[in-house]
Amino acid sequence: MRYILVVIGLLWPMLISAQTWEDQQLFKGETPVQTLRVLSSTDTGFFSPIIQSFLAANPDWNVEYLVTGTADISAILQQSPQSYDVVISSAMDLQVKLVNDGFALKLPSISHPDWAQWRQSLFAFTSEPATIVVNRSAFRGKSIPANRQELIRALREAPEVFDGKLGTYDVRSSGVGYLFATQDARASETFWRLMEVMGGLKLRLYCCSGDMIDHVASGELLVAYNVLGSYAAARQLQDDRFEIILPSDFPTTMMRTGFVSKETKHPVAAERFVRHLVEGRYFATGLNTSSLPQLGLYPEGRNPTVIPLEPALMTYLDKLKRRTFIQEWSNAVIQ
Amino acid sequence: MKFLLIEDNSDLAQAICSRMTQDGHVVDHAARLQDAFAYSETGEYDLILLDIMLPDGDGRSFLKRHRAGKKDTPVIVLTARSQVSDRISMLDLGADDYVTKPFDHEELQARCRAVLRRKSGTAQTTVRLGNIAFDPVAGSLIVDGVAITLRNRELRLLELLINSPGQVFPKHKLFDRLFSYDEDVSENAIEVYIGRLRKHLDPSSLRITTLRGLGYRLDYD
Amino acid sequence: MTETVNVSGSLRRRLTLTLIGGAAVLAVVLFAVVRLYAAQIAQQGQDSILSASVTSMLDAAVLRDGAVVVDFPYAALSMLSTTSDDRVFYAILQDQTLLSGYKHLSPPNGSFPATGTFLAETPDGALIRVASDSRTLVGADTRTVITVSVAQTQEALQVTLNDISRRVALFGAGFFCLSALLSFWASASTITPIRRLTSSIARRGPQDLSPVASPVPSEMVSLVESLNRLMGRLDKALSQSEEFIAEAAHRVRTPLATVRSHAEAMLHRVDRDENRKALRAMVRAIDESSRAAGQLLDHAMITFRTDHLEREELNLTDLLQELVQRLTPVAEMKDISLLVENTEPVLVSADAILLQNAIRNLIDNALKYSPMESEITIRVSASPTPTIEIWDQGAGFPPDQIANLSSRFSRGDNAKGIIGSGLGLAIAQDVAEAHGGALKLSNLPGGGACVTFSL
Repeated sequence: MRYILVVIGLLWPMLISAQTWEDQQLFKGETPVQTLRVLSSTDTGFFSPIIQSFLAANPDWNVEYLVTGTADISAILQQSPQSYDVVISSAMDLQVKLVNDGFALKLPSISHPDWAQWRQSLFAFTSEPATIVVNRSAFRGKSIPANRQELIRALREAPEVFDGKLGTYDVRSSGVGYLFATQDARASETFWRLMEVMGGLKLRLYCCSGDMIDHVASGELLVAYNVLGSYAAARQLQDDRFEIILPSDFPTTMMRTGFVSKETKHPVAAERFVRHLVEGRYFATGLNTSSLPQLGLYPEGRNPTVIPLEPALMTYLDKLKRRTFIQEWSNAVIQ
Repeated sequence: MKFLLIEDNSDLAQAICSRMTQDGHVVDHAARLQDAFAYSETGEYDLILLDIMLPDGDGRSFLKRHRAGKKDTPVIVLTARSQVSDRISMLDLGADDYVTKPFDHEELQARCRAVLRRKSGTAQTTVRLGNIAFDPVAGSLIVDGVAITLRNRELRLLELLINSPGQVFPKHKLFDRLFSYDEDVSENAIEVYIGRLRKHLDPSSLRITTLRGLGYRLDYD
Repeated sequence: MTETVNVSGSLRRRLTLTLIGGAAVLAVVLFAVVRLYAAQIAQQGQDSILSASVTSMLDAAVLRDGAVVVDFPYAALSMLSTTSDDRVFYAILQDQTLLSGYKHLSPPNGSFPATGTFLAETPDGALIRVASDSRTLVGADTRTVITVSVAQTQEALQVTLNDISRRVALFGAGFFCLSALLSFWASASTITPIRRLTSSIARRGPQDLSPVASPVPSEMVSLVESLNRLMGRLDKALSQSEEFIAEAAHRVRTPLATVRSHAEAMLHRVDRDENRKALRAMVRAIDESSRAAGQLLDHAMITFRTDHLEREELNLTDLLQELVQRLTPVAEMKDISLLVENTEPVLVSADAILLQNAIRNLIDNALKYSPMESEITIRVSASPTPTIEIWDQGAGFPPDQIANLSSRFSRGDNAKGIIGSGLGLAIAQDVAEAHGGALKLSNLPGGGACVTFSL
């Protein structure tokens, strides 16, 4: 009996942290002494140059890079905040809530423009637009819609072409998807009409941009709405079967953000990692490297198209409002 | 010589007047400032003796007027005030000298002589007798045209004798005139001075005769 | 004879300290008041924004199919963004049940401020300002109270307050420094009339007891009046004393003069030896009292004057020549030659009247004690200090009494029969010491005395 208890005791931590990660990789430094654990929503491929360049400058560290969905990051961190050192996500609203609720460590020595950081704790390091990705063959001979209005018209004109060939984020399960959808809804009524039109054409719901891009490229989807432009652009380097459209009516751009967990065991190294992120020196100059788009530094102040990094982002995280929105969205999208 | 005495204290004035007359001088006495002005304007004096404290005014106003009148008669002030500032102001106002009361008459005489000597023009005081010319004020004795230097006491002894030629002066009389009251000297010092004077007068026609038991007499041929 | 004045405090220091103290107090009060006011205003600002947010959320509460829907606008939280990125919390309650929002904003024991603003703390210890309001929703058959609380940390508020505090502190310090400077200037300028009065009095000559004529400020009027009265009384007393002394001199001396003249006149008329001796004794007595009176009066005058020396530049040689001229007739009477050895000028800064008095007394003494037909030599020299030496050929000073000779009223042994008093030497010593000098007596090896009067 005692033997079983000991075994359970030894295995318990593993059971507890029996997390299913989308990806889990250990990047080794040259002379590692300790390991920095990074909790992120970004695909490892995009992040590896960042980590490599960090390890080059800090050889006595390892970086364990853990990838999961944006919606899960909050719960995972809150469960054991001391187990993770840096938290990176594209869901700005969820990140702001985590920092507001006191889970972030203040890093006063990092200097970053006001609009790109919040409370000297949350730091944005990319600006990535939400785009419409379309399969080229679907629009052969026709003009590619430049904005949501034109897309609605195109869908209405040939509903049989697009029936069942449309995709977007399932806002119920994707954090960044919810963010994009709510910001779109804030901006204009056009979003709801588009959702209604797309819903009427058996709109397919996805968890991630990557999957949507794959299906558009292969032709399983003809149009994907609110796809992360950065991912699409990275894919387009190898595959030109699809077109990326930046909607001209109103752009929605998110900033990828990171913070250091308040209960981190390695505050100094974690801060150095965030500083490394923010300084952006890892952005490769070559065209053939898949990398994240740099945070644009606008001389006149804030980037006008970027979703502002402020506590108001928590509005749509409100239980009641979320329920209302999702109800409305479901009504429109699932018919 | 002719003196004007301006003094309000009659006792003192009388004493001074009788003493001066004894010495052979003429003295006019004014007891008040008004009288003083009157006398000085009308008379010609060799010397004025002025008391500062007068019943009808300050003697200083007499001094001022006297000097304004451009008369150069010398003035000796008799004063009981001993403040140096008073003395200085008197001299500034035109007094030639001053004497504080009570004063020694010999000192007054000596000062009169000194003041008169400074004023010069003392031709009228020279006494000529035989072949000598003696000026008591200037203190000079000329015998047969030769000037003889005499000491002060010798001069005064000669002056005494010459003023009354033929008169017999007892030793003590001469002593009293020549020696001050605080001098610790015996009367026989007179003999010394008589002897000296005799020697000086040798070439002259004057002779001092000793009359034993009686005194000394000046004779001249 | 000036005693040191009893000093207690300083008018100027008191005035300066009072003004500076007042300025300091005012500066501190100013700081406190402005800080308080600023805090109030700033808090009011935050409170109005929080209330606006509450209102916008409350307005969005509706009953829909029996359920409460609060579709509050983005602006409700957007308006709470501050430059310091303050944290934001909210809670929506329906009849005291939390519908959505943060648990820690609902009160623990159910006592609910339905409206108003108050301070609270987050679970992790941050200070927040909470605004609350309620609204009753009336439905078909339901009636429910919706309460909305919105809270915000006070970091931006604190930053503003600190900024204001810093500024006010700077202003306060600046104001204080200015006030300090002003108070130095004000106290100096207030003291100026006092200083002016002091210097005008100090500049007066020793005899000047005239009333203060220069204008004085009204507060000093009674002081100056008392001073003038004091000086008037002193002046009167002094002139009365002077008058008294002069009057005494006159009253004593005039009858003495009369007596002496008569005695002298009588002496020339009597022949009998004992009569002559008596009269001589009389005259001697009169002379002694007259001299004593004169010296006493001199001494009184000198004692007063040595406190207020009226120094002037004078030539000692000239002064002695004048004295010698004045005393020559007296010297001549005893056939004593009296001369000043040198002719070069010796300049000195001294009181002329005191000097004349002192030297005259010394020469008088020399004349009294010199035998007839002797010499009195006076030498004036400038080094090491201005000095007057009087050499006579008399009997000299008794050796064991040289030290005591100068104390008042003493007479040497060999002064028997000679009229005089040690007062003459005492007078000369007083005058010498008043000028910072000294009087020295010595006997000459070949006989005779030497008196050294140095300044």
